[in-house]
Amino acid sequence: MLEIRNLHVTVDDKPILRGLDLTVMAGEVHAIMGPNGSGKSTLAHVLAGREGYVVTAGEILYLGKNLLELAPEERAREGIFLAFQYPVEIPGVANIYLLKAAVNAVRRHRGEQELDAMDFLVLVKEKFRLMDMDESLLYRAVNEGFSGGEKKRNEILQMAVLEPRLAILDETDSGLDIDALKVVANGVEAMRDPDRAIILVTHYQRLLDHIRPDRVHVLAQGRIALSGGPELAQELERRGYGWVEAEAQKMAGAGAQ
Amino acid sequence: MGNQAVQLDELISQDYRHGFYTPMEVDALPHGLSEDVIRMISAKKKEPEFMLEWRLKAFRHWLTMTEPHWATVRHPPIDYQDIVYYSAPRSQQDGPQSLADVDPELLRTYEKLGVPLHERELLAGVAVDAVFDSVSVATTFKAKLGELGIIFCSFSEAVQNHPDLVRQYLGSVVPYTDNFFATLNSAVFSDGSFCYIPPGVRCPMELSTYFRINAKNTGQFERTLIIADRGAYVSYLEGCTAPMRDENQLHAAVVELIALEGAQIKYSTVQNWYPGDKDGKGGIYNFVTKRGDCREANSKISWTQVETGSAITWKYPSVILQGDNSVGEFHSVALTNHYQQADTGTKMIHLGRNTRSTILSKGISAGHGSNAYRGLVKVAKSAVGARNYTQCDSLLLGDRCAAHTFPYIEVKNASARVEHEASTSRIGEDQLFYCQSRGISAEDAVSLIVSGFCKEVFKQLPMEFAVEAQKLLGVSLEGAIG
Repeated sequence: MLEIRNLHVTVDDKPILRGLDLTVMAGEVHAIMGPNGSGKSTLAHVLAGREGYVVTAGEILYLGKNLLELAPEERAREGIFLAFQYPVEIPGVANIYLLKAAVNAVRRHRGEQELDAMDFLVLVKEKFRLMDMDESLLYRAVNEGFSGGEKKRNEILQMAVLEPRLAILDETDSGLDIDALKVVANGVEAMRDPDRAIILVTHYQRLLDHIRPDRVHVLAQGRIALSGGPELAQELERRGYGWVEAEAQKMAGAGAQ
Repeated sequence: MGNQAVQLDELISQDYRHGFYTPMEVDALPHGLSEDVIRMISAKKKEPEFMLEWRLKAFRHWLTMTEPHWATVRHPPIDYQDIVYYSAPRSQQDGPQSLADVDPELLRTYEKLGVPLHERELLAGVAVDAVFDSVSVATTFKAKLGELGIIFCSFSEAVQNHPDLVRQYLGSVVPYTDNFFATLNSAVFSDGSFCYIPPGVRCPMELSTYFRINAKNTGQFERTLIIADRGAYVSYLEGCTAPMRDENQLHAAVVELIALEGAQIKYSTVQNWYPGDKDGKGGIYNFVTKRGDCREANSKISWTQVETGSAITWKYPSVILQGDNSVGEFHSVALTNHYQQADTGTKMIHLGRNTRSTILSKGISAGHGSNAYRGLVKVAKSAVGARNYTQCDSLLLGDRCAAHTFPYIEVKNASARVEHEASTSRIGEDQLFYCQSRGISAEDAVSLIVSGFCKEVFKQLPMEFAVEAQKLLGVSLEGAIG
């Protein structure tokens, strides 16, 4: 589904990703871990098409297409979804209105009929139960005055409604209490599907107590330093990131010579 | 930054869509202003002596005044001798008796603007007093309103048919000495709308005037006078679009509202005059004086405006709260793009006891646009228990525009309560990217964010106007929920 080859990305002329390779198959859940500043969020934003992240080398293929040629909204319509670490507030725009605009943008793109207000409401209410959210959030302005947990749940709700092919969750677990974490994890688990891939970007292992990934990757020095199964996450929890970083530095040093 | 900034620029640099010019024969006076010109205007309109006298007093006073320059707007000097102070579509001379008699060219112009009078009549139940250049061309629904004793006609007709009402109320809210532009208007105003709602009558439909500026180099000087007698209610809509023009056109209208005991007047404006091109060339200068007088107890006046047009907007719809317990409201959306400038706001003058006022101002600046809110809340010694709440929000698109807020508060009574809140925000790339990452195009995302910002004001507009207002901001109401 997703194939990243030798990806180099700079932000403000500073190299962040330096030759990242990653392959994600449909039906898989991958966890991208790593210390702060290792480039985890950069990877998430590059996939979603964020402005200001300059790809200087490498390629990204999504369902066989060159992802880098697509505008952010085209990527979304093709089934890519990014759950933001810091979802923005949009005052005066009802949450449900944004959601409906998003759903219908995707449906138009697929050549499907747009949902009317009633059908849409039925769909959303069903997802609301899944996320254990208060329905009043639907009519409040997008993320405005939402608590940290509500914002994150709202992201997962959007994901559930939009049903993406490839979902990227950027530090969705950060700032969540244990109950919210469980709700979010259940939401993600419910999204597991043979046709869908999920990438979890996370600093901590604790989200992985609730969502069992198929693959775990450790990012260091702008590339994937280590990959393994779910047991790798536990090892990181025990030993920290220091040793991986040291290894990566050695490798980077060797590569430079 | 690059692409997204460029994209934003493209979105906000769309050309004026109502830019076209209807060629028509025009019966106009020569350029310039003098007592003779004023006498000619008055004579052409067959006005009674008191009107001519009033005009001349205004003109003589105007000669002693100087153009004000305190607003945060800049423009080249206006040559008042290079303006044509009266022009009427020639086909008007015989006076069309019905829509069928109206110049088809005129009707087509309205058609292009999406205001087919006959359809509007039928579908929306709106009585339209259409002002094309300086003379009203069609007034509809008059008979139906007449049954209720409501007078809704052009100002010229009111002068002919209801001189006593005109004499009693004209200049009673905005005196001819008021300010440079209002005084000029008093001297030369060509036409406008007049409305009188008799005691206890609730006007059953929205009254609407569709203003339009057309003839070359013709300043428009409209005069509107609305009187709601005791216990009466009226909702009045004013909507404007203008064709593409190269020269700057001066527009100095005056609107006077009078609400007697327990009466209520709701006045809504959607203004979309030609703003000039994207380099700041051309466009309308809109220097307007609008003021309402809650003359007696328990009366209420609400102004709602959506200002998207004009090169320069200079406009402060105000309310004088004389009557005890009277209420004044001002709800405003002002959008400036390219090189547009707006200095707009309101004055709430609290004189009576327990008077209340609310001010809600939303300014949107894009491109090189400059937007200023200027508001005065004045509580006189006599205004025991007066209350005001003011909220001014500014939204910036891009990094070359400007927003200013100038709140003036004068309180002379210790029992008054005055609150002021202000905020400034930007449509951030964060917000745009967030919407885009949900599949929404950048263009739709801007519309979405702007309409969210303006929502509280749009809610104040009558339904059909709210739709038009949203369209003006490039927003479709389709798909709106709840």
